[in-house]
Amino acid sequence: MSQKLNIAPEVFAYMEHVTGTDGVAVRVNLSKEKIEKINQICNSFNNDAGELINVLHETQHAFGYLPAEVQDVIAHNLHLSVAQVYAVVTFYSFFSMIPKGEHPISICTGTACYVRGAEKVLEEFKKELQLKVGETSADGKFSINCLRCVGACGLAPVVLVGEKVYGRVSPDGVKAIIGEYKK
Amino acid sequence: MIELTIDKKKVRVEPGTTILKAARQVGVEIPTLCHFELCDMGIENKPGGCRICVVEVEGRRNLQPSCITEVQEGMVIKTHNVRVLNARTTVLKLIISDHPFDCLVCAKSGECELQSLATQFGIRSLPYEGEQSHYRKDTSPSIIRDVDKCIMCRRCEMMCNDVQTVGALAAVNRGFMSVVAPAFEMNLVDSPCTYCGQCVSVCPTGALTEVDHTNDIIRALSDPTKTVVVQTAPAVRAALGEEFGLPPGALVTGKMTAALRELGFDYVFDTDFSADLTIMEEGTELLQRIRRHLAGDSTVRLPILTSCCPGWVNFFEHNFPDLLDVPSTAKSPQQMFGAIAKSWFAEKIGVDRKDLVVVSIMPCLAKKYECQRDEFKTDGNPDVDFSISTRELAAFIKQANIDFLNLPDEDFDDPMGESTGAGVIFGNTGGVIEAACRTAYELHTGRSLEKVDFHALRGMEGIRSATVDFDGLQLNIGIAHGLGNARKLLDEVRAGTSQYHAIEIMACPGGCIGGGGQPYHHGHSEILAQRAAALYTEDERKTIRKSHQNPSIVRLYDEFLGHPGSQKAHNLLHTEYFPKSNEVSIHLNGHNGQ
Repeated sequence: MSQKLNIAPEVFAYMEHVTGTDGVAVRVNLSKEKIEKINQICNSFNNDAGELINVLHETQHAFGYLPAEVQDVIAHNLHLSVAQVYAVVTFYSFFSMIPKGEHPISICTGTACYVRGAEKVLEEFKKELQLKVGETSADGKFSINCLRCVGACGLAPVVLVGEKVYGRVSPDGVKAIIGEYKK
Repeated sequence: MIELTIDKKKVRVEPGTTILKAARQVGVEIPTLCHFELCDMGIENKPGGCRICVVEVEGRRNLQPSCITEVQEGMVIKTHNVRVLNARTTVLKLIISDHPFDCLVCAKSGECELQSLATQFGIRSLPYEGEQSHYRKDTSPSIIRDVDKCIMCRRCEMMCNDVQTVGALAAVNRGFMSVVAPAFEMNLVDSPCTYCGQCVSVCPTGALTEVDHTNDIIRALSDPTKTVVVQTAPAVRAALGEEFGLPPGALVTGKMTAALRELGFDYVFDTDFSADLTIMEEGTELLQRIRRHLAGDSTVRLPILTSCCPGWVNFFEHNFPDLLDVPSTAKSPQQMFGAIAKSWFAEKIGVDRKDLVVVSIMPCLAKKYECQRDEFKTDGNPDVDFSISTRELAAFIKQANIDFLNLPDEDFDDPMGESTGAGVIFGNTGGVIEAACRTAYELHTGRSLEKVDFHALRGMEGIRSATVDFDGLQLNIGIAHGLGNARKLLDEVRAGTSQYHAIEIMACPGGCIGGGGQPYHHGHSEILAQRAAALYTEDERKTIRKSHQNPSIVRLYDEFLGHPGSQKAHNLLHTEYFPKSNEVSIHLNGHNGQ
């Protein structure tokens, strides 16, 4: 399978990874409970197509990512085409079709963090974990993402691992942070 | 009312009017690119994305896009001062800088709205050098997507989602990487695309075009071992003339026939013939179902839906797989023609079906897909070999340097060129059901129908209904054109609330006259009305206007089929439908490289 799609390479690699062989349909079998969970989320927004972004946020929060089948169920509930849902998922970098790692690392690259060296911190994480932004490590432990401002500019530069916030992170401190979760 | 000044002209318009439309009222035509409308049908695309239509509004710092900016009291607008013209030129150059320079070999050349603007603005060079976005080409049986030529006007997205409710296309990804694509960027063949071709008919550039089969036909015509017959759909004769500079609605039936003969087709036949045949089969099925219903048979499915339109067939296979027993089982006229040509007619002239090539000229792109369906093949040999659009035929005639406008009017060949007025109006929304009524009335009552014009069934509203009186039997008829309208009627059928006995559905706005393979209308909805009027005129001119009185049809049943609904008729003229999943399935191996 050659990379001819213009989708993000990491999405493609992930699809390849999941399918194992060329040409197998990418399917995540959604259990009844999971479908019920998505229905619940859609219902809480009155199945209103105008609430698509909020529905996607909640769903990603619940599932960690937004695989194709999840988008399919959302589209059905909100009376949108799957293409329209996929359009929104691919427009906003916050949404991901790749499962996040067990310990998702988010580096704030908002203005305050950026001017205080977030870029260098990010580079260090990428180097240490051998990952690009948006990727998940092969063992599923770590993933790297960037986000814009968590409202803790006084602590810039800020890094989140899961829900835990690390402030005034320097490139030298990156190894130690990763170390906490490697055990 | 709001009063404003546009280019020193005072104008008064309703509140909520856009500057673009207000300007039109005083004869100021502001250039547009992404904006598109078919105003008679309430179809409008105005994402305000391209910024070609910017104008200067006094007191506002930035230029305003006129297609989405609403008028305000006392506005003073300049539509063509230096600042505006410079901005438009810059915008246009930026759009072109990410567009391939292959106008010479582009299928849309001459009809491309980007090309026209470049001409209008006298673009001679581009100051912007840099990367261009590239994406794989996607070829389906009917439609080619070449999104390198896409300018992100979103017209196709609007047509596909808002008008047709098919939902095959949306603008995905972001910024430089954004393209119009199906969900998960699968290929069109894996998407819920119905091949209605309405995206192609509104695309301003060559990003969406039809698969061209002209060369296959040239090859068949030059093969001495092949007998090549051609059929022409009703709507083609009402639009082909436009490609040769004739006004919309000019009927060119005779010249078209002459041109096809000139091109070398051995027999020039008419799909109107098989439209009459469709009425025989579909009308019989309609009456049978209604009679069984009246006799108290609760198993009979009503309403019956017409099945002539392959875009519509694809749509219900995708979206209403639970209702596959509702549509008539009658094949479309194109496929009925193919089935009879390769049996009855082939026998008559003593040609093996493998040596008989059937070509159809259609206003439609879904017909290309339809004739490739497996159920329309015998031992791998299709009943209809190639289906080309009205546009492709026009290009073929020009390529063969035939002086179309000075051709004499000629008649179709016998026996499959004989048709009635009922067959002709198949091209209009409401036409199929009107033709069916003309025949079903006489079959049901046994009396002659004096007034053949069912005006209640005609018109351009998206959903229409009428009650037709069959001497006491009140038939409730529903008509929808455009798949979004069809969906509304189908939802009623699914919910069990439909009041209709019969429903006619055509996928394209206006019916086949507005098909995806017709000459580009560039948003002029009056062209569709003129084509429709032309078909009604042709109907009136016919001496025979009821399908069952077509002498060739009578002969076909006498000699070959027996009676409508006979076993033989069932084998040759009826079909079945297959559920198509709308579920997500991403077939990665389907992606061919660039």
